[in-house]
Amino acid sequence: MEKNNTVLDIQNLKLYFRTTRGTVQAVDGVDFKLKTNQAVVVVGESGCGKTSLSKAVLRLLPRNVEHYSGKVYLNDIETMSLDDEEYRKQIRWVKMSLVPQAAMNALNPVIRVGDQVAEPMSVHYGVKKEEALQQAIKMFQHVGVPVDFINRYPFELSGGMRQRVALAMALVTAPDLVILDEPTSALDVLTQANIFNLLKRIKSEMATSFVLITHDIATSSELADRVAVMYAGQIVEVADSSRFFKEPRHPYSAKLMASVPRLRGNDEPDFITGQPPSLIKPPTGCRFAARCPRRFERCSEEPPVTKIGDDVVKCWLYV
Amino acid sequence: MEKEITQEKSAPQAIDQKSRDGVLLEVNDLHVWFELRRFGFGHAGYVRAVDGVNFDLKDGQTIAIVGESGCGKTSLMRTILRLNHPTKGEVIFDGKVINNLKPSELKDYRSLLGYVQQDPYGALPPFMTVRNILEEPLRVNGIKDKTELFNRVKKSLEEVKMSPAEEFMPKFPHQLSGGQQQRVVIARAMIMNPRMLIADEPVSMLDASVRVEILKLLRNLQESHNLGVIYITHDLSTVRYFSEKIFVMYAGQLIERGNVSQVLNNTKHPYTFALLEATSDPDAKNALVQKEIPPGEPPSLVKPPAGCRFHPRCPHMIEGLCNVEEPPDYEPEPGHFVACWLLK
Repeated sequence: MEKNNTVLDIQNLKLYFRTTRGTVQAVDGVDFKLKTNQAVVVVGESGCGKTSLSKAVLRLLPRNVEHYSGKVYLNDIETMSLDDEEYRKQIRWVKMSLVPQAAMNALNPVIRVGDQVAEPMSVHYGVKKEEALQQAIKMFQHVGVPVDFINRYPFELSGGMRQRVALAMALVTAPDLVILDEPTSALDVLTQANIFNLLKRIKSEMATSFVLITHDIATSSELADRVAVMYAGQIVEVADSSRFFKEPRHPYSAKLMASVPRLRGNDEPDFITGQPPSLIKPPTGCRFAARCPRRFERCSEEPPVTKIGDDVVKCWLYV
Repeated sequence: MEKEITQEKSAPQAIDQKSRDGVLLEVNDLHVWFELRRFGFGHAGYVRAVDGVNFDLKDGQTIAIVGESGCGKTSLMRTILRLNHPTKGEVIFDGKVINNLKPSELKDYRSLLGYVQQDPYGALPPFMTVRNILEEPLRVNGIKDKTELFNRVKKSLEEVKMSPAEEFMPKFPHQLSGGQQQRVVIARAMIMNPRMLIADEPVSMLDASVRVEILKLLRNLQESHNLGVIYITHDLSTVRYFSEKIFVMYAGQLIERGNVSQVLNNTKHPYTFALLEATSDPDAKNALVQKEIPPGEPPSLVKPPAGCRFHPRCPHMIEGLCNVEEPPDYEPEPGHFVACWLLK
């Protein structure tokens, strides 16, 4: 393999928020790597820190940040040492872009969709408006939005079309990495399947890498090369999708997989008893121990991250 | 304990009790149209949200209505709850037509129905405690005795597995997790001992790990109370665990009806095929193939396409038939109805 085929390398990333009730450890020491032209899916329950992770990677931070540290390498550029202005100019939307959660409502309602898709081009590459619009038209064709929609406003488009526009906006600058935060959770099944068809096509045609953040495990398998499971602010397992969807290693992943209702097959789905721990004062030791069916004495200590080939798992069962 | 509750006499029942072959709810040729107005007055057409729907629901039967957003499933449900007026056709509950009930009769009718909303946080008033929320339907229906109120609230909380009930009663909705909020919504729906439950996407706002738990709870309640349940969803993968029958709805009409195994294993309508194809199971192979999904979006309900409403998106469209004449219901096997010309 080539030397430089890692597009994203996150090391010990931490993001804590200050609240009136104490410090929320939303992202607590996350490590993972993503190879070029691959897609990693980050799955977990709500409140496990998935969205905070995407914000920490893209440095879109709210005001109440208490602690933000770690290293994020994007194609061997260490982005954490850049100051905010350099980061904005060199990284955000140039090398890395975001399709936000509920992207269909993330569009500006009073600006024509064509102008919104063209904007990143004129802001980051300083091209003229006509040229940027030409680029936007190209992107529209790419994501399957009729070109004459370019002068419409977001309210004139359906949910699926708005989602495609948000995707066009993320892709217009041809970034190396696109972060998708629950891109289809508000859409109908058929539209959802169409969007995933489109993402697969873009992945093979444009050689883009994706980080897909979702709680919907069944549809996440439509795009995944790698799966990272997040629980209470930490990554507890990273594995190849071919392995993960068959035989997840971490007890939490196994429980999560068992809770997915399946259309084909006859297994009764199961559920996970209890609730995820608070991120204000997370339990010491393994954070899943209280809900884990396979816990034993050692689980009261923090489990180390164990490497198994390319995969990692954070559980005493594999030490 | 659950047995006791079934035997308990429920609220005053003005609607007469004679069952007709155990049929609890009958929907006959139901149309629900909403008028569109131009500039606030001039008539500008109708939105045909529900356009000719027929079905029966027997006592203790569970049916799932599956369809995309905007296909009219919520309008259908709201009409059964009589929150909308039927434009044409009738809804018969327990032998009584409910189209034109008087307000007092309507109150009695609604006390026999339970309604589980989609978004539990939006469905619970944020300024009321769990106890007040659950007492309200009882008070509205004339129960004033404090100990009875307390006991029934306690019992219904225990029934949805929220114990110790006393601990949850003084809490406000925002102090509960999403799953617990949905349990309170279910407890509220069940507190009048209804005969039928309408659940409108009860788990779509919840985390995957909690969904199954809530569905199992609903199924247990259905079995122990012998409830008729209408489960409205867009997610085919949860239907199998929950209901006996599936009705697939498209653009205001039911296009395929049958038992779960008939609809899922012997699928006939191209639209149902597409829905099944679009539903993923977790499998790494999914990432390698493109799915065959019909392009486009559901039609406008103001001017639905002539003939079969699915024909503009259908891969098997027969020119001169599908786009001209509306398909009748064919019955390829007993109890399985499909509105599609391919079965001619």
